[in-house]
Amino acid sequence: MAVEQEVTVKHAAGLHARPAALFVSAAKGFTARIEVGARGIWVDAKSIMGVLRLGVRQGETVVLRADGEDAAAAVAALTAVLDGDGA
Amino acid sequence: MKLTAHPAAPGLGVGRAQVWRPAAVAEPERSDDPAAEAERFRTGRAALAAELAREREQMAGRAGAEAAAIFDAHLLMLEDPELESAVLGRLAAGEPAGRATRSAGEELAAIMDQLEDEYLRLRAADIRDVTSRLAMTMAGGSGSLPPPPWPETVLVTPDLQPSHMAQLDPQQVTAVVSRSGGPTSHAALLARSMGIPAVFGADPDAIAQGDWLVVDGETGTVRVRPDAGELAAARADQAARQAAEADLAGLRDLPAVTADGERRVELAANIGHPDEVAAALAAGAEGIGLFRTEFLFLDRPALPGEEEQYLAYRRVLAEMAPRPVLLRTLDVGGDKQLPGVPLAAEENPFLGLRGIRLWLKRPELWRPQLRAMLRASVHGNLHIMLPMVATVPEVAAARARLDETAAALAAEGVTPGAYKLGIMIEVPAAAMAAEGLAGAVDFFSIGTNDLTQYALAVDRGNPQVADLYQPLHPGVVALIRAAVEAAHRAGIWCGVCGELGGDPAAAAVLVGLGLDELSMSPRRIPRIKQVVRAMRAPDAAAAAAAAVAGAPAGGPAD
Repeated sequence: MAVEQEVTVKHAAGLHARPAALFVSAAKGFTARIEVGARGIWVDAKSIMGVLRLGVRQGETVVLRADGEDAAAAVAALTAVLDGDGA
Repeated sequence: MKLTAHPAAPGLGVGRAQVWRPAAVAEPERSDDPAAEAERFRTGRAALAAELAREREQMAGRAGAEAAAIFDAHLLMLEDPELESAVLGRLAAGEPAGRATRSAGEELAAIMDQLEDEYLRLRAADIRDVTSRLAMTMAGGSGSLPPPPWPETVLVTPDLQPSHMAQLDPQQVTAVVSRSGGPTSHAALLARSMGIPAVFGADPDAIAQGDWLVVDGETGTVRVRPDAGELAAARADQAARQAAEADLAGLRDLPAVTADGERRVELAANIGHPDEVAAALAAGAEGIGLFRTEFLFLDRPALPGEEEQYLAYRRVLAEMAPRPVLLRTLDVGGDKQLPGVPLAAEENPFLGLRGIRLWLKRPELWRPQLRAMLRASVHGNLHIMLPMVATVPEVAAARARLDETAAALAAEGVTPGAYKLGIMIEVPAAAMAAEGLAGAVDFFSIGTNDLTQYALAVDRGNPQVADLYQPLHPGVVALIRAAVEAAHRAGIWCGVCGELGGDPAAAAVLVGLGLDELSMSPRRIPRIKQVVRAMRAPDAAAAAAAAVAGAPAGGPAD
């Protein structure tokens, strides 16, 4: 079952550095296949290199896409990570 | 001979050069057995992951959390699915595991090299480090350094990596010299955390095994084969530095009292995390003058629960007991984001809903924090400090919430502990009308950073006006004096927790104004104590009077 969600990245450092590591670590906790996309590029949300390469800045909107048993939970959790982080 | 290169980690190191270059490992060009290569890749990866995990633990103990985080990042990269798929793709095309790993790593690194963000470009070095180390592991090579040959050894190597730093014993390795790397590289960070002087950008070919070296990590110079005079001077310099450090260490248990014994101030520490209590105690802190609780709230997906807060506060209170610990209630505003607490965008967040104003309005913020603090207070000497207070009603509102929380805890059968309640003086009007506030609280602590910015209408982060930020401007000094005098008339104490408290140039003025306590970053405590112990009370009073009367020194008038 596939779930898709648009999220605006709130963290002042965008999806870089420690927030990226937190995001990837969180993604790895789910069995679903999860992708995050920005500007037409899609990367595996469980890949630190992929996520870093995406170069997402604060205020950018990304799309989370998950497919699998815990897809909905994964998207909800990762939305919270992107949505809420403070600087 | 003197080599001039880049300073990477401060300090002066003297020792004999251990020049190490990794052995070239023969790697096959092609393979006929992709399945076997895939197995080599996976086995090698697992072995390296285990090594990285070990090094991480070692570094956490020797050099702290930031150093350990480097190895965490390397582990994430090692296990990255993109790396794996890139390597497996190449294996399927007949490349042997070592080559495939290096090429895949280089490919990913090349993409990072192109990114605008400097931080991300530095991460390219991480990927190269991890993949080349993996390739070497698979080839049976080792990144292991041979043990240091001499009691004072300087490691000289063309390409210093974090994995090398993880193997060094600072007792024996007195400095490191590398051709590659810069002050922001991981190896530099680790050298700084471990206290090992480092110079990067120097040519190892200019140094022979066994050469005596004097490495100056502050100037970035390496003296190779110094003559007797130069060596003696370096040793004398080292001895002087060690003596200075020992002096400061010897100060630890002495009080911050003026030379004539007339004035005594308490020196406390400003910290942002329970892990820092150890450093505060080591520096001789007599209390925690500011414990910033924001670390529990920021940079995470959800608000901290009461239990998590309780454990953090309890730890600090217990480790410092019976010394006072001032826990500041959550101090954030519209310039930061709190998980689950939507903050309306404000045109001017610094004059907006922040500090105590926000906190009072949100039970989801104050209730768990106060419950946690009151439960933790039985473990130590709790002082609760409210930021950005301007009016007595704000204090009354906070007290009401404290009383409500204490009653709720009691009803649950939990005994709420005792506490003192005080406020930060940072709003100028609070300083000017401090009488009323002094009667409502147990202490003041002056937040000189924001007090100065508000009073001088200057954003010190704005390069166009930053030079107008003058913490000893007579107007600011007058505000400080007003707060201290109001506090003393009401019979309460007044301290400083802003940066000015740790500034040796301001110590005389602050002592002269009558401050009871100065709280600062732990590493500043010994120096401030030295300054206080060297001054005489009448001179401090004179310095304070001069500061009040002084002409304002401003930036150029336009």
